[in-house]
Amino acid sequence: MTDNPTNTPEEMDGDRRDFLLISTTTLGVAGVAMAAWPFIHSINPAKDVLALASTEVDLSAVEVGQAITVMWRGKPVFIRHRTAEEIQSAEKVDVGELRDPQTDADRVQKPEWLIAVGVCTHLGCIPSGQSLGDNRGEYGGWFCPCHGSVYDTSGRIRKGPAPFNLAVPPYTFTDDTTIMIG
Amino acid sequence: MKRTQSSNRLVQWIDDRLPIFSYADQNVIAYPTPKNLNYWWNYGSIAGIILVIMLVTGIFLAMNYQPNADIAFASVERIVRDVNYGWLLRYLHMNGATMFFIVVYIHMFRGLYFGSYKAPREILWMVGVTIYVAMMATAFMGYVLPWGQMSFWGATVITNLFSAIPVIGDYIVVWIWGGFSVDLPTINRFFVWHYLLPMILVMLVVVHLWALHVHKSSNPLGIDIKTPQDMMPFHPFYTIKDLYGLGLFMIVYLFFVFFYPNFFGEADNYIPANPMVTPPHILPEWYFLPFYAILRAIPDKLGGVIVMFSGVLILYVLPWLDTSKVRSATFRPVFKQLFWIFVADCLFLGWLGARPADGIYLWLGRAATFYYFFHFMVLLPLVGKLEKPKPLPSSIYEEVAKKCRAKED
Repeated sequence: MTDNPTNTPEEMDGDRRDFLLISTTTLGVAGVAMAAWPFIHSINPAKDVLALASTEVDLSAVEVGQAITVMWRGKPVFIRHRTAEEIQSAEKVDVGELRDPQTDADRVQKPEWLIAVGVCTHLGCIPSGQSLGDNRGEYGGWFCPCHGSVYDTSGRIRKGPAPFNLAVPPYTFTDDTTIMIG
Repeated sequence: MKRTQSSNRLVQWIDDRLPIFSYADQNVIAYPTPKNLNYWWNYGSIAGIILVIMLVTGIFLAMNYQPNADIAFASVERIVRDVNYGWLLRYLHMNGATMFFIVVYIHMFRGLYFGSYKAPREILWMVGVTIYVAMMATAFMGYVLPWGQMSFWGATVITNLFSAIPVIGDYIVVWIWGGFSVDLPTINRFFVWHYLLPMILVMLVVVHLWALHVHKSSNPLGIDIKTPQDMMPFHPFYTIKDLYGLGLFMIVYLFFVFFYPNFFGEADNYIPANPMVTPPHILPEWYFLPFYAILRAIPDKLGGVIVMFSGVLILYVLPWLDTSKVRSATFRPVFKQLFWIFVADCLFLGWLGARPADGIYLWLGRAATFYYFFHFMVLLPLVGKLEKPKPLPSSIYEEVAKKCRAKED
């Protein structure tokens, strides 16, 4: 533009005004966008909510074959003390025929303890199978009453509409009989 | 209805069915505005923007606030300590209330000085007074929500004003409380009102602007717009002027938010509400202090309440109390001096409202209260009749041109 020798003073002023308008608008939009962040972030989990994001569980009272459900981040976590047969049936499955292929070893830290988030990966219901009288489905794991998803003793999806295995939460054994979830 | 000037086919198609583009053009872009508005005319737009800030911060605060007497105080502390940027939201909201009143008071005194309430803008003024009353109710209930000592005792004292009503007063107060004292039902319903009233406030602002756009803005000379030469399009001239004023205002506002967030508050409100102990110095937020001084000046319960409410309500009849046909104080030498005495009287009442209510303060309060009403009921009607105004300029355009020439010389 500036190399055009026919520019009149009005046109030069026009450029200057365009520059001022565009830079002012840019600054204004950037300012509003930055001011919006505290509002957006304020409805993210607060510090007191995050402080409750891990749960400690004592496993010493859970007998072989028994299962307990604990609350972690507002959701149930299934902890099953698996029997030797349950471990065996989970390990001998051909990974190739699974919908969400994962070996049992990938899903546990100690084979006798299966720890998984008890939320069906279909639409969020809680599968049955924690109590002995419950319907555990044909693979001896869990059965979701909402839409009929069937999980095996490793919490892997075997039948029904759910797309994924029951999620394994991050956890560590703080000693032989205590875990920290989250 | 004028058609939109845009050549964009989609804009034309929409505008033909819902004329938002031509409406915006007529009321914001090309909206004719007097050429001579000074910076006192910035406060209306600033007030509108604070209202938006109050609504947005309020909505996000409400997402974490608990209107329950048992946990309200703790939930406010949780907002400040645990919620991400909760401290910012709360301090913007708290100091926003103070700034809202400062700006609205300046806006109102602007109207008083330049006679903005006079014909044909009486209803515009009265809608404005209604906005002010709604603001006071909203601010009062908002102050109750943190459930500190000042919240609780402020709520107790203000609701007890209604017990002054003869015969049914006590029933009304119990009805307002939803119990036999300010308690759980009270905070719950105050929260609902505090959330609802601002929505009504927004509607009142729309009506205020509707009335404004009929006869357009008044101006510092107080003379009517006569020719198109007297006017300028609102955009870009006044959008830029309003934005500049907004920038300066935000500096002041955010200075308090970031550096002195509790400057306008009372330390006692960080003590959780205790229905068994009244704090030794109980006083309302600063913006109520002049009316609080009037209330205490009258040595009678019902009388005090009536006079205090009259102090606000008298503004509704102001357009008929002022008998002068000349709008702007610039051309009213006597009224101009009385205006500043009145401003001083209001500030003095505010100062008195924060003093203890005995001894000399009581008598000063009575004198200031007397003068407050004397100004409206005696001085304004009389001065309008007796005063000889200066000659008015013939047009806004001529005055503006004269000033420009003087500047160039």
